[in-house]
Amino acid sequence: MKLIICAGPATTGKTAVLRHLIRKLQARGQKPAFLKIDVQYAEEDEQFAREFGIPTRKVYSGELCPDHCNVMVLGDALQWASSANCDVLMVETAGLCLRCSPYVDGGLGLVVLEATSGMNLPLKVGPMLSLADVAVVTKIDRISQAEREVFRARIQDVAPGVRIREVNALHGIGIDPLVARVDAQADVNGPLLLRGNPPVGTCTICVGKKEIGWQSHFGVVRALENQTFYRGE
Amino acid sequence: MIQHVTVVGGHGRSGEPDGVERVEFAMGDVVAIVGPTGSGKTTLINDIELFADANTPTGRRVLFDGVPAPMEFRDDPARNPIALITQNTTFLSDLPVAEFLETHARIRCVETQQRASVVARTLAFANELTGEPISEASRMTELSGGQTRALLIADATVVCDAPIVLLDEVENAGIHRTRALQLLRRQRKIFLFVTHDPRITLLADYRIVMQGGRIRQVLRTDETERGLASAVNRLDDVLARLRDRIREGGRITAAEMEGVA
Ligand SMILES: Nc1ncnc2c1ncn2[C@@H]1O[C@H](COP(=O)(O)OP(=O)(O)OP(=O)(O)O)[C@@H](O)[C@H]1O
Ligand SMILES: Nc1nc2c(ncn2[C@@H]2O[C@H](COP(=O)(O)OP(=O)(O)O)[C@@H](O)[C@H]2O)c(=O)[nH]1
Ligand SMILES: [Mg+2]
Ligand SMILES: [Mg+2]
Ligand SMILES: [Zn+2]
Repeated sequence: MKLIICAGPATTGKTAVLRHLIRKLQARGQKPAFLKIDVQYAEEDEQFAREFGIPTRKVYSGELCPDHCNVMVLGDALQWASSANCDVLMVETAGLCLRCSPYVDGGLGLVVLEATSGMNLPLKVGPMLSLADVAVVTKIDRISQAEREVFRARIQDVAPGVRIREVNALHGIGIDPLVARVDAQADVNGPLLLRGNPPVGTCTICVGKKEIGWQSHFGVVRALENQTFYRGE
Repeated sequence: MIQHVTVVGGHGRSGEPDGVERVEFAMGDVVAIVGPTGSGKTTLINDIELFADANTPTGRRVLFDGVPAPMEFRDDPARNPIALITQNTTFLSDLPVAEFLETHARIRCVETQQRASVVARTLAFANELTGEPISEASRMTELSGGQTRALLIADATVVCDAPIVLLDEVENAGIHRTRALQLLRRQRKIFLFVTHDPRITLLADYRIVMQGGRIRQVLRTDETERGLASAVNRLDDVLARLRDRIREGGRITAAEMEGVA
């Protein structure tokens, strides 16, 4: 089973990229399965089941960070995909906390960024970008060539080891190199490990305590004037 | 150095094949792309810039010296032989002009010690084309449509210095368009521009006529047209004078119409 984890901010074009990828992989005789992880609403699973007739699932992470949720459910998902006779599992996740990343050693990590998002975006998305294998830059049809190249430079500055692939995900232009990358990817096997280091601890906000002000929280907290410190037993 | 670029025909919006099997551009060719709104002019030059390989909606293929673009054209802007100036004149980039140009010069592989002078020359070039000058400190997003277009033309010429230049509708941005073409044509390049303008069209060696998303035909600029070019230029100069008068807040008088009315 190949594992592809596709992360990126909302509306950057993750679904649009995966749609073209699934179409092309299917045409090559591969059998993709699709898992969508989102916080509270998603319909990509229904769309892809309808459009491609492939096995799909979705999970709402609710009070958990979607990347943490991904860690929890991925083992089961790989088993599910393999019992459905699939040979590649694609996971679309909305990675919101920007401190974690959802990629797994041995799997292919794709981060989808939109070329229209401003030149500082690559600086803001942290390990979601720096730990990815490929940065897919979408919406190149909306900007000039010069701007596209400067956006590429900004990504290279933050993440020199990450391959950059520019695409127009509306028309499926630039998808072929991604297909080749998936072809070259090995199957995952053995115990799977999250790539990189997870962020410190599990914060009480992530698990649903909504009160404002560090005085209401425990564990590693942070005040405006201080760096993070530990509060509690 | 690339000697020629070939577009292998695909099809139009309704699937009807392009009217020519292939179009070949040789180094030094100046080519106009004409046709009604929506006829596929922008799409044709985008095919070239995307190194289309039967993977765009038109099914066209683009060859460089007879072979498809190598991967490094795509992966490394310093190896990209094409500079494209798009019809879009809005920048989404939130960088100051100087930082934008400096970063672009870096990824197009301008040597570190030359970058400052390249940025300065790019701005000077752009400011020859605009009414209101652009300053290094302004943010890209603050520029007007015409200023953006002027900066992109300057960037394509000075920063990219690519052997193939694609230019989408130079005339719509309110910049000094004949000056822009004069400056651009100083270097020997393959030069393709989309245009609706007779004067600019007659500067071309030949023109590609688009219709319904397909290449309808390729027309060589003939002797009759060349003979009429100077009359077309005079007409155009009159119109340019009228435009200038109006821009400056002046009134149109018989003096501006000299030679035509
Ligand atoms: N061969 C083709 N096959 C499919 N779609 C096409 C083809 N050529 C053009 N189109 C589509 O037609 C639309 C109009 O094309 P395009 O923008 O290239 O026109 P244009 O000549 O540049 O028009 P304008 O003068 O308004 O700029 C676009 O949505 C484009 O994607
Ligand atoms: N113009 C353009 N629009 C795109 C492109 N990729 C995605 N979109 C549009 O962006 C919107 C969000 O895309 P979607 O794939 O749902 O984003 P997701 O939230 O990351 O899955 C949709 O309206 C897409 O049609 C692209 O390359 N060009
Ligand atoms: Mg989606
Ligand atoms: Mg156009
Ligand atoms: Zn997290």
